[in-house]
Amino acid sequence: MIEKKISKDAWEILRQYTDARIALGRTGSSLSTQNILSLNEAHAQARDSIYKHFDKNSIEQSLLQLHHEVFLLNSKVRDKKEFLLRPDLGRRLCDDSITVIQKANIKKAFDVCISVSDGLSATAVNSHAIPFIGHLLKKLIDANLSIAPICLIENGRVAISDEIGSLLKAKVSIILIGERPGLSSSDSMGVYLTYHPKVGNTDEQRNCVSNIRLGGMPFEEAAREIFILTAASIRLNMGGTLLKNSLSITDNQ
Amino acid sequence: MYRSTSGHINYTFKDLKTLMAKATPFRSGDALAGLVADSHQERVAAQICLANLPLSVFLQEMLIPYETDEITQLIFDTHDQKSFSQISSFTVGEFRDWLLSEQTDQAVIDMIRPGLTPEMIAAVSKIMRNQDLILVASKIEIVTRFRNTIGLKGRFSTRLQPNHPTDDLKGIAASIIDGLFYGNGDAVIGINPAKDDIQNTAAILNMLNELISRFSIPTQSSVLCHLTTTLQLIEKKAPVDLIFQSIGGTQKTNDSFGINLKMLQEAYDAGLSIQRGTVGQNFMYFETGQGSSLSANAHSGVDQQTCEARAYAVARKFNPMLVNSVVGFIGPEYLYDGKQITRAALEDHFCGKMMGLPMGMDICYTNHAEADANDMDNLLVLMGAAGCNFIMGVPGTDDIMLNYQSTSFHDAMFVRKMFHLKPAPEFENWLMDNGWMDEKGIMQLPNTAHPMLQYLQS
Repeated sequence: MIEKKISKDAWEILRQYTDARIALGRTGSSLSTQNILSLNEAHAQARDSIYKHFDKNSIEQSLLQLHHEVFLLNSKVRDKKEFLLRPDLGRRLCDDSITVIQKANIKKAFDVCISVSDGLSATAVNSHAIPFIGHLLKKLIDANLSIAPICLIENGRVAISDEIGSLLKAKVSIILIGERPGLSSSDSMGVYLTYHPKVGNTDEQRNCVSNIRLGGMPFEEAAREIFILTAASIRLNMGGTLLKNSLSITDNQ
Repeated sequence: MYRSTSGHINYTFKDLKTLMAKATPFRSGDALAGLVADSHQERVAAQICLANLPLSVFLQEMLIPYETDEITQLIFDTHDQKSFSQISSFTVGEFRDWLLSEQTDQAVIDMIRPGLTPEMIAAVSKIMRNQDLILVASKIEIVTRFRNTIGLKGRFSTRLQPNHPTDDLKGIAASIIDGLFYGNGDAVIGINPAKDDIQNTAAILNMLNELISRFSIPTQSSVLCHLTTTLQLIEKKAPVDLIFQSIGGTQKTNDSFGINLKMLQEAYDAGLSIQRGTVGQNFMYFETGQGSSLSANAHSGVDQQTCEARAYAVARKFNPMLVNSVVGFIGPEYLYDGKQITRAALEDHFCGKMMGLPMGMDICYTNHAEADANDMDNLLVLMGAAGCNFIMGVPGTDDIMLNYQSTSFHDAMFVRKMFHLKPAPEFENWLMDNGWMDEKGIMQLPNTAHPMLQYLQS
């Protein structure tokens, strides 16, 4: 009988300190079959999360139950391949979607508008959008902030929240979006907040809470952080790096 | 205006940067920028036209105006006419032929190098096949020194990249120990911090310094924070080994990174003042990558590969210890698939070596690119063949902080085995002294009593 030749690593105990893939052992200089297959599996999950169906209807149903009006929208992107190749098109609403918002004929302005888009991981928003929004809405309502109809956008990039926010005349535009999936986290959701949303805003004008998922940033904590940023943004009339700096100065005092 | 004919069709290219862009092998970033050839035939026509241009054209027509770009100024102000005079009669095509010839060796390339501009090197790379990029790069040995010697022929090094999503010091240390046991970390132990503030980066640096000193590891550390943070760390007497910065090939790109040549010079002077190297004083570490200029809307109509080559002019001014392109990190809108990532990596490595840089490669991809581990295996072999100075070493390929896949500790063992390569000599001796590597370069299991195994338990 020929002996099996996988060498285990004597330092497996170090795995308690990190989620990194350490102490994998080896056969010769190569990874074991088991490790190769587990990497393949993680990659498959990440790939699938990008191409997974964005379940707008189920999110819409849940929002209607929370008594919240919903707009179903699309970016200018036609399919996932174009989404990946043309970030510029993912930042703008298609003409039909602009019409949807205009036809609603909303006269008043809002403090906050909230959008949800699949971005790079439909898996993330399919499962995390509703629990997060539940926590956030409660805090916004308690603070007497007015909230625009919630927009669900297929194939959107973060900056599409600028166009939506300006069409809905919101002081602060918030977007929940599927983040670039990692090998160990294919369902990470990011939430971006922009004060005075308008087309052409850049990233330093935004604030962000990322890595929202089970095992990452908890929903309630993320919602609390976004609420604090939203309230401060409206109170101080600023956002992005400016807001972050002025909040950290206040923290230090 | 440049003209060319292919298949009885006449093509015109309005200026040199348009010709360069249209001659570039297809990639998504140039398409996004609206710079690509309209057809395969137009691309070949541009390549034919480019091949027939004298190299001296690049001294007459600037791709980005001298008046508005300090990198153009740097390139032209440091250009050495005397070195150039030896190849001044070449066309771009003849330059390729000459680079591939038997008589063109390292010594000749070293001699003409001060006469080369990044644009000339980018131009010739556009008409080179992948095997040409490998062959010419493999002729060039670029050696740098700090606490060890990187880039010698027959050697292959890795940056140990033990990132952690919350910068937990024990978590980082666990990945470092794992990497060291696998013979990784001779190029640098380099951490991308999750938080770029002084307290956090100083804590990581102190931990690295303590680990390197306690086990007398002949390597250097780096925390890949912004230059301005590193300068403050040096001021506060934190143990800074290599000074890191991301750089780009246009002034506007560097504006978007919050740096300029003056700031890089200040950092270089600060590094010179602390003298922490033992066998040499190459202490700058630069990262680059095709697409950064377009991403910052700072490309001025120049294709992404030429912008990248211009970044190497910035790097070479500061005698870096390490330079690597982070080739597949930027995403599919710039490099769509394994084929484009592979081509870009070979171009970047070739251009970097031609510019005299200690070129490494972050052989990597994101999960939204049309690429997978097999594409990276292929590229890894190509980089081994091309004589790349170093790659990354990430536990199990999975960077849990940056959320992308690079090469693993195992990959480094693989490429060393396939090409009979050893780690940096000082680091090799250290591994052998510890009994972790035998004289044939085969990794051995560490003795369970080794103090490094106890390091985190104590």
